[in-house]
Amino acid sequence: MANWIPLWLHKLSSPPVFYRFAGALRPWAIALALVLGLIALYGGLVLAPPDYQQGDDYRIIFIHVPSAWMGLFIYGVMGVAAFIALVWRIKLAEVVAMASAPVGAAFTFITLVTGSLWGVRMWGTWWTWDARLTSELVLLFLYLGVIALYHSFEDRRQGARTAAFLALIGIVNVPIVHFSVNWWNTLHQGSTIKLLGPSTIAPAMVWPLLTMMVATKLYYVASLCGRVRADLLALEGGKDWVRQIAENEVHG
Amino acid sequence: MTSHSPLLEARALAFHRQDEPVFGPLDFRLDAGELMLIEGDNGSGKTTLMRILTGLLRAEEGELRWRGEPLTWDRCSGEVVFLGHQLGLKAELSARENLAFTIGLHGHRNQSGIEGALTQVGLTGYEDEPVRKLSAGQKKRVALARLLLIPAALWLLDEPYANLDRSGIQLVDALLEVHIAHGGAALVTSHGAVQFHGGEPQRIRLHA
Amino acid sequence: MLDTRRPGLAHACIAVLRRDLTLAWRQRGDMLLPVLYALIVTSLFPFALGPESALLKRIAGGAVLVTVLLAMLLALDAMFRSDIEDGSLEQLMLAPQPLALMLGMKILAHWLATALPLIVVAPVLAGMLHLPAAVTPVLLAALLLATPLLSLLGGILVALTAGTRRSGMLLALMLLPLCVPVVIFAAGALAAAQEGLPWIAPIAWLGAALVMTVVLAPLACAAALRIALDS
Repeated sequence: MANWIPLWLHKLSSPPVFYRFAGALRPWAIALALVLGLIALYGGLVLAPPDYQQGDDYRIIFIHVPSAWMGLFIYGVMGVAAFIALVWRIKLAEVVAMASAPVGAAFTFITLVTGSLWGVRMWGTWWTWDARLTSELVLLFLYLGVIALYHSFEDRRQGARTAAFLALIGIVNVPIVHFSVNWWNTLHQGSTIKLLGPSTIAPAMVWPLLTMMVATKLYYVASLCGRVRADLLALEGGKDWVRQIAENEVHG
Repeated sequence: MTSHSPLLEARALAFHRQDEPVFGPLDFRLDAGELMLIEGDNGSGKTTLMRILTGLLRAEEGELRWRGEPLTWDRCSGEVVFLGHQLGLKAELSARENLAFTIGLHGHRNQSGIEGALTQVGLTGYEDEPVRKLSAGQKKRVALARLLLIPAALWLLDEPYANLDRSGIQLVDALLEVHIAHGGAALVTSHGAVQFHGGEPQRIRLHA
Repeated sequence: MLDTRRPGLAHACIAVLRRDLTLAWRQRGDMLLPVLYALIVTSLFPFALGPESALLKRIAGGAVLVTVLLAMLLALDAMFRSDIEDGSLEQLMLAPQPLALMLGMKILAHWLATALPLIVVAPVLAGMLHLPAAVTPVLLAALLLATPLLSLLGGILVALTAGTRRSGMLLALMLLPLCVPVVIFAAGALAAAQEGLPWIAPIAWLGAALVMTVVLAPLACAAALRIALDS
């Protein structure tokens, strides 16, 4: 009955079909991401009440927390795509995994920068070896390793498969790092101030946060569509469907 | 051999790199006791074809069958010996030590020993020199000695005549003749002429 | 058909081990380089931090660990490099032996040739930084578990970079996230021992991780190599 889902996915994994699909999806994703992002910012920066302890300083969480979620989420997507790429050798999965890495690295970087900015106001220092920030730093290095390995190969497909393998190792590594960093943090009773304490969050703070979460997801979809389209054109340069597109560009 | 499927069979085998065709589509079949010459100019994909036949490299299109079953690297391992541009010799070890390692991994034919193999390829007196000190042709001969030791049904020789003098070329021809006569099979790439006296070999021509 | 004698697994393992150790011995000058490097780095700490004994004592355990890690990183790139360049690795992949096991033997040989000398000089390094003598056995235990872990994890990464040209910096970038837990637990044991607290738990974690890695890393290494050389 639900036979059409795998069939549809199979069709979608063909580069020309995905190229057209991503091209149609991209403008909608960008527009929605922008609108939702603006709404979330307005809700977070204007409508939400100031925190009774941190005043207005806490408002950076409307950037910081969704970015942190995206850093992990995109790593998960990259891991799934990497697995598909290695097991079934699907070209599109390789491209999706490698196109996700820079976006994920960017979100992780934003998380670190906003966390550091917040730290200046909260702890009076740019950097503390807080368990979460440390884990984020390791995550950034994982992303950078995948990106660097991908670009160190001349053959892009070979680079993508090799980097996909590294991404899978990273998937195993992330929980281990998280566990060990937590253990290390309790060992060295350093900074124990939680960025997000157990204090209950007002609903007026929750909805902008969730809206921003959806906006960042949509931004990722849009960015991914653009990157994958470009990579597919480069990879399939010799194929007829690419030649057709090029001819249309020139004549039309 | 009781089954009638050929030792190695290729159907519509083709290879692309970055969507540029390297060679193919190719069709051929190689039986035990047969020699096949792969001819082509530089850049025509001879080495790529060899690497695919070893199973190190995967062909995206077409089919390769080994004794009637799809070829994967674990199915043919041990039955294939590959001699490539890189000889796989350790420069710091002597010819004898290099061959001892080969035997440790692959085992050896019953009647053959390292001494005999080195004598046969004309390296008497050089057994204990580090390979680093041998000439390019002598290194090639050490690698050829491996062919005598390893019990393999199929030889894949990529440019076996390179760096060899006239007696070395005759040595390769002689090795091939004996191997074919004993029911072995071989694929040999070359861009030059090959003298082979054990029957007419099959020929495949690759174009750049 | 052909009259053959196939060597057994143990025979093949010994062949790989013997060849790699012979090679390491023929080039034993190279074996001393990481040791020399570790000695130099360790002697830099007092210059940078001042010769005050109390301060050096506090950082001694961690400093020795990080120094050994960096020295191992220095030698890591050479694990398969020469085998790739001279074609030996292709021959190994075509041999009728399980590749994972053969690579495991190569990693073992590499560990014996590079990490073991470092462990031997570790007490000297610890002495240079005034690590209390009572902590030295813990340091050795931590190193005996942590260095094979690093060799095994490094082996996978070296296999992944097999198809690329020189890769020193790339290896460092890739190894860092993987070695964070190893460093944390090894240093945690040392810190606990130095404060007179029980240090068995982190050592046991390292041991458990090593057992898992010994089983899985050679398999991952073989898979990585097949992917990385598929070009």
